[in-house]
Amino acid sequence: MTVFGEEQLARLIRALPPAPEGWVRAAQELPLARAELDQIVARAEADAAFRERLVADLEAALEAEGYERTTAVLAALRLRLKSK
Amino acid sequence: MASTLSDRELVARCRAGDQQAWNELVERFSRYVYAISVQAFRLSETDAEDVFQEVFARAYQHLDKLRDDAAVRPWLAQLTRRLCIDRLRAAARELPVADEELIAGSEETLALLDEALTVHEALAATPEHCREILDRFFARDESYKTIGEALDLPAGTIASRISRCLGRLRELLEGRSDPDRPSGVR
Repeated sequence: MTVFGEEQLARLIRALPPAPEGWVRAAQELPLARAELDQIVARAEADAAFRERLVADLEAALEAEGYERTTAVLAALRLRLKSK
Repeated sequence: MASTLSDRELVARCRAGDQQAWNELVERFSRYVYAISVQAFRLSETDAEDVFQEVFARAYQHLDKLRDDAAVRPWLAQLTRRLCIDRLRAAARELPVADEELIAGSEETLALLDEALTVHEALAATPEHCREILDRFFARDESYKTIGEALDLPAGTIASRISRCLGRLRELLEGRSDPDRPSGVR
């Protein structure tokens, strides 16, 4: 059993400050963005030109089509496109 | 309100499509993932954000492939470490760098963060007033004045309350033995 002193406890609590709120919220909203992600992936499968634009510059391609471009959505979409 | 769900229960609920459980999982491990990238691997905020989102995107997509639901903590830690190393390797593309060089010095910090996660897990099990004051003072680096205003406490009582709450936290840590406990941070 580890025995903790007050200073050690303080140091360990301090070692994990909160992650930026926006990052946490974006990651939490991933399931909610799933329908849109599914739609983009389905469209990329059916439309080679759209897929090429996504692969060349994901963020610009999404912006041009009016899709949401949060870091969480971009990360999820990169993964989905890579696995296809 | 601190969750009493074990990691195993939380992962099972996420897999069943429970949005609340997913929120809880992200909340529970967000500090750990963040700290690994900025403290152990010293990534910039931009790279750390990319890693953070990719970790949770992969977790969401591959949760069904996790062999042992209780092992979500080491799985996320390993995933974060791997993505951080990929980032560092990409940044050092011009110079061939061995993984050992990229992770030099990170092992000690990773061990500290792992221990810190255990302490935060115990913190989540303390009464709310303790959790709040210890997190605000130590993890959020708030002043006595800010804490006093937020919690409606006279500034003169904050130091003694922090000390009492550290004592409760220590008792909890020294008395814990449940292997199926939640392992995260709130």
